Order: sequence, then structure tokens, then C-alpha cells
Amino acid sequence: MRPSLELRSHTPRSILYLTPVIAALLTAFSGGVLFAALGYPPLEALYAFFIQPLTSLNGLAEIGVKATPLVLIGIGLSIGFRGNVWNIGAEGQLTLGAICGGAVALAFYDVEGVWLLPLMVIAGTLGGMAWGAIPALLKTRFNASEILVSLMLTYVATLFLSYLVHGPLMDPEGFNFPQSRLFHDSALLPTLIPFTRLHLGAAIALFIVVAGWFVMARTLIGFQVKVIGLTPAAGGYAGFSQKKVVWMAFLTSGGLAGMAGLFEVAGPIGQLSPSVSPGYGFTAIIVAFLGRLHPVGILLAGLLMALSYLGGEVVQIELGLPLAITGVFQGMLLFFLLGADLFTRYRLRWNRSPAAGTAAGAARPAEAREEAA
Amino acid sequence: MKTKTWTLTRRAALSLAAGAMALSAAATMPGGAAVAQDDPLKVGFVYVGPVGDHGWTYQHDKGRQAVVEKFGDAVKTTYVESVPEGADAERVINQLAQSGHDLIFTTSFGFMNPTVKVAKRYPDVMFEHATGYKRADNVSTYAGRFYEGRYPIGVMAGRLTESDTIGYIAPFPIPEVVRGINAFTKGLHSVNPDASVKIIYVNSWYDPGKEREAAETLVAQGADILVQHTDSAAPMQLAEEKGLIAFGQASDMSQFGPNAQATAIVDDWSDYYIDRVQAVMDGTWESQDTWGGLNSGMVQLSDFGPKVPEDVAKEATQIVKDIESGDLVIFEGPIKDNAGEVRIAEGEAASEEDLLSMDWYIEGIDAQLPKN
Repeated sequence: MRPSLELRSHTPRSILYLTPVIAALLTAFSGGVLFAALGYPPLEALYAFFIQPLTSLNGLAEIGVKATPLVLIGIGLSIGFRGNVWNIGAEGQLTLGAICGGAVALAFYDVEGVWLLPLMVIAGTLGGMAWGAIPALLKTRFNASEILVSLMLTYVATLFLSYLVHGPLMDPEGFNFPQSRLFHDSALLPTLIPFTRLHLGAAIALFIVVAGWFVMARTLIGFQVKVIGLTPAAGGYAGFSQKKVVWMAFLTSGGLAGMAGLFEVAGPIGQLSPSVSPGYGFTAIIVAFLGRLHPVGILLAGLLMALSYLGGEVVQIELGLPLAITGVFQGMLLFFLLGADLFTRYRLRWNRSPAAGTAAGAARPAEAREEAA
Repeated sequence: MKTKTWTLTRRAALSLAAGAMALSAAATMPGGAAVAQDDPLKVGFVYVGPVGDHGWTYQHDKGRQAVVEKFGDAVKTTYVESVPEGADAERVINQLAQSGHDLIFTTSFGFMNPTVKVAKRYPDVMFEHATGYKRADNVSTYAGRFYEGRYPIGVMAGRLTESDTIGYIAPFPIPEVVRGINAFTKGLHSVNPDASVKIIYVNSWYDPGKEREAAETLVAQGADILVQHTDSAAPMQLAEEKGLIAFGQASDMSQFGPNAQATAIVDDWSDYYIDRVQAVMDGTWESQDTWGGLNSGMVQLSDFGPKVPEDVAKEATQIVKDIESGDLVIFEGPIKDNAGEVRIAEGEAASEEDLLSMDWYIEGIDAQLPKN
């Protein structure tokens, strides 16, 4: 009797909604086992990880702050991924967005005005788009791998930022430490809830979720992206331009990553410093796939990812769990989620003989059994 | 061990502001004192690296453990490790303040602005920020004069090198690091003017992979001695493999280089942390700036390794004594930068301000400081 995977012709809705629930239960169970094995109270640890960050207004706001860049970038990336365009360098585009938008804020460090923030957002978005345009150009002109080019440009962007904060953009009163001046009030994003850090960027991210859904589901270009992604040849016969899709994917994802970078420096950070992102551009790739490349899925995945970071901190503070254990736990969560996702596209078959495929019901894992529903 | 700390008079500049805030400061003290009676004092630590880095963070965590050992049930300590410098730091610090911590140590330069921001929100919580320059009524700063340890190891390197080439692995070109490079080079050239220092910046405080690569490059360029200002033991391990000599950073790294380590510059935060916790318990904590050198015990040299001959060890020990007593002032003029400009005039010593903002290489370093 051998298990094998078989492509589903269509995915039942029940499976689509059940797999995340099952994955969450599996994570909670094996996480509990892990915590107990290491001598920490399992229920308390799970509570601290998943529930406690949600019990205060500030905790909720912080999840919004953390999820904002992940969702913004994830939406942008998902458009490209659907069209088989692999932008791995969102981190670099984010950095350029932070640089360009931040440079505007610093250029007007002694001038206040309501026009400043919009100008920064435009500059940041354009900066990200420009950085995304490089791999797009090299791809469409010379067929250079956009994966490598966009990834490598990330390091260029990070070092460029490092150069700027060590040099031209360094705070003149900062004892030569590599940081810019602090942005003044009209260069900072207004907060949505008083006494929290939840900023306007979170609301814009929500708007982008809706816009992203609209573009992919209701517009011609969204349709073209999907067709080219599924079968490039068919797209070609239909007269859809692959180059156009590459450009559109990189400009959108680059622009949104740039905007996310600007939101970080004009939001929670409030200045330019050598590190403006703990790898949001890379984490957003996970978020995009975790959300099944669907805008609403990405929103949920971004929030879950944010919760896992906050939960990791809470268990460190409340129970003294070392960071490595929370890292393992986060890994398990992703593993189960993505693993369970397999069953939305494939079904598990136990082959004893070609005819007796369904006889082994009792031995099947829960996920596989759901397909009958 | 001596427990003297150096309190600088730079604080005087802040006293005006402090006066204006006297009311809130007065409110802060009794809060701290009351806690000492029944509930354990909650002390939080925010680390930039993992506690197992065997360098910077490892030493801070040893300081935390010393606090636990000293006060037992009277304290409850918490730490959060590998906190990225940036937007996340403020959340973590806030979380610690919100969950009832009375005293919070934030142990990396990049935590400065987040610490100050959170401190404004929690006037009754006391904060201690390492290596920064912004203070408030409830924010103290502290750091070690690590450069004082770098002068004697420069002298040792000058005596021990055969290829007259020293490899120096540096994190970022910030004043603290530049100060260390200059102090090292000054020590080196005081006994061996022909030796050259090759510097590689890895743009990270802790990145074993990059640090190792940098070390390999330096060895390929002829370096037979490795000096590091980064926190992992990777360069030390490479030196051990290749039979070279290396100097440990922040922590005694002899377990990674039993033969290679000539000595290490050890940061010892234990006494300082115990003092500050005690001050909160006594209700005497107040905002101050501490910059402890060799004579405070905050900076120490570890035991000499097997490759250090008796006379070199003796010389280094004497230099440490001279620095402790003040007979030897490392940055005493005339000092020129490597473009030939006089930076510290003859008969003068570098001021605290000069030291804190040092952004030039000393004469004899054949490299450009990476900046505009």
C-alpha cells in the first residue's frame, strides 16, 4: 500500500477553508508538545503566543504596525508571482523607497507643511518603482534572470543606504553616528489611534488590499497576468505581451515596496538609519504564498505573521522562552500551513491496487478525509 | 574587583532641563524605592544579538546573571534577544515597560531613540541605554572605554607580528569603532612603526559568515594577526585553524582559540548592573552618564595566551597599569590624521567631545574612512 498525490481537478470550498484551521490545530498541538518537552507550561505558552498580544488595544495596534509593510509588499509581489514574474528583491525596493522618501523629509527638515507627507509618499513609491525597473529592463531587454538581478540589487540598496547615513544624510548634531536627523512632525505619518503607533499607512494598506483584488479579478491587465502565468503560450496566442506583464509586475511590486519602506521611516522609525527593515521584503514572499496569492489571504497571512513575531516576544518576556524555541515554533506554523495547503491542490491516494483506492479510510490523515465532504 | 565608575560632567549641561522636570523626577524615586520592599524588582534587558553570541550580548547577559546571583528573589529579570534595530525595538521596550518592569537596560546604540521615546511615555520606569548620547530624567547612558584596551593589544600585535601586517575586522565606521582602530594603531606604531593595518568593514555587529570571509581575505593579504570589533568568534576560529594569533572581542574567546587568542578585551558589566539595580532599590537612582575604562573594571584584558612571550605579557600589563593610573593618555597630542592635518595639538589631550565624535583615521593608516 503506497500513498501518492493526485492533482485535483477542482478544489472543494470546504477544503479551502478547512486546511488553515487544521494547520492551526496541528501547530498548537505540536507546539504544546514542544513546550512541554522543554519544561515550559504548554497552555500558558500557547496563550501567551497567540492570545495575549490580542488582549490590549496597544497589542492590536502593534500587530497592525507590523503587518502593514508585509501586506503592502505581499500584495505587490502576488501580482508578479501570478504572472510568473519573480521579484525577490522587494527588500531593496523597500530600502530605496525609504531613501527617496526620507531624503525629501530631510531636504525640508526646517520647513513644515501639509504638502510634505504626500510628496514623501510619491518620492518613496517612485524610488521603489525605479529600483524595480532595473530588473524589469534587464529581463525584457536581455532576458536576464529577474530573480538574481532583483536579489542582488537588494545588497546594493542596503549599502547605498549605509553610505548615505554615514555621509550626506548624517545628522550634523549626532556625534557622527550613522543616523539622519529625526523627522519633524509634518514629515511623520499621523496615528490612527491615539497613544499607539498605528499609523495612516495601515489604512492605506487596507485600501491596497481592495485595489489589488479589483485589479486581479476585474481588469483586463489582471486577466492577462493570470493567463500569462498559467500558460505563457496561450497568452502569446491571445496577443498578450509578456514584456508588459513583466513591467507591470515590477513597477507595481517595486512601488508598493517603496511605499512600505517610506511608511516605516515616516511611521514607527521616524528617521533614516542603517537598518530600516528586519527583512520585510523577504518575509513578504512567505506572506504572499501563505495567503495563496489572494489579496484577502495575504491580509490574513500578514496579520498572522505579525502575531507570530509579537507572540514570540511575549513568550520571551512572560515565560523566558529563548528566541530559538519561538523560531522553531514559527517554523512549525509555516510548515503546517504550507503543508496543509498541498491538499487544496492535491488529494492523497492510498494505492493497494488500482481498484481498491478508497479502502484504507481509517489510515488516512484528517486532511485527506475532508476531501469527501 | 574595583567598582568605581566615571561620572562625567557633561551631565551638567542637562541640569537645566533636569531642574524643570524636577517634579516628575521626584515622583520617580519613591516608586522605585517602594518596589524593593515586597515584590521583586523587575529588571528587563533588550539585546541586539543572541545570548549565545559569545561576544557583546553574551557579556551583557553575564551581567544580568550576576544581578540574579547577587539579589536572588529580590529581583526578577527578563530578556529579549536578537531585537532588530529599527521599528521593532520600540515595541519590545514598550512591552517591557508596560508589563511592569522597573528598570530596563537597552544594550545597543540603535535602541537610543526608541528608548528615549518609550521613556517619555513611562516616567516612572527607569531606563539605561548602552553606548548612546541621549539622556532624560529617567534615561541614563553607559558605555565602556573599550579603546583603552585596544592600545595595549596594539602594542602586543606590534611585538608579535612577523609579516608586519595586521588584519582588522570592523563592523561599522562609527566613532566607537574608529576610536578603537586609532587607539590600536597608536599602540602598534609605538613599538613597530613598519606594521600596517588592513581594515575590512562587514557592516554588521554579528555575522559569523561575513566575519569569517573578511578574516580569510585579510589572511590572504598577508595578515598574521587578526583583530576584531565584531561579536562572533568566527575570526578567532579561523586564526586557530591557520595557526595565527588573534585578539578576542567583548568576551574571553579562548575556548574558540586556545592557541590563537593572545588576549581578549573583555566587557564586564556585572558591577555596573548590580550598582544600578541597588540604586533603584535604595531609591537613589538618578540619570547619569557612565563611561568606564580599564580602571573601573568595566573593560579588562583576559589572561594571556600560550603564544605571548613573558616580556610581551609584562609590557602589556605595565601599559594597562599606566592607563589605569593616568600616566599614559592614549590620545595625547600631537596627533595628526592620515591626511596630515593636526587633530590634537601638542600638549593637549583629546576631549570627551573629540573622542565621542572621532571620524578620522590616525596618521599611519593607509586607508580612507568610508564616508563622503
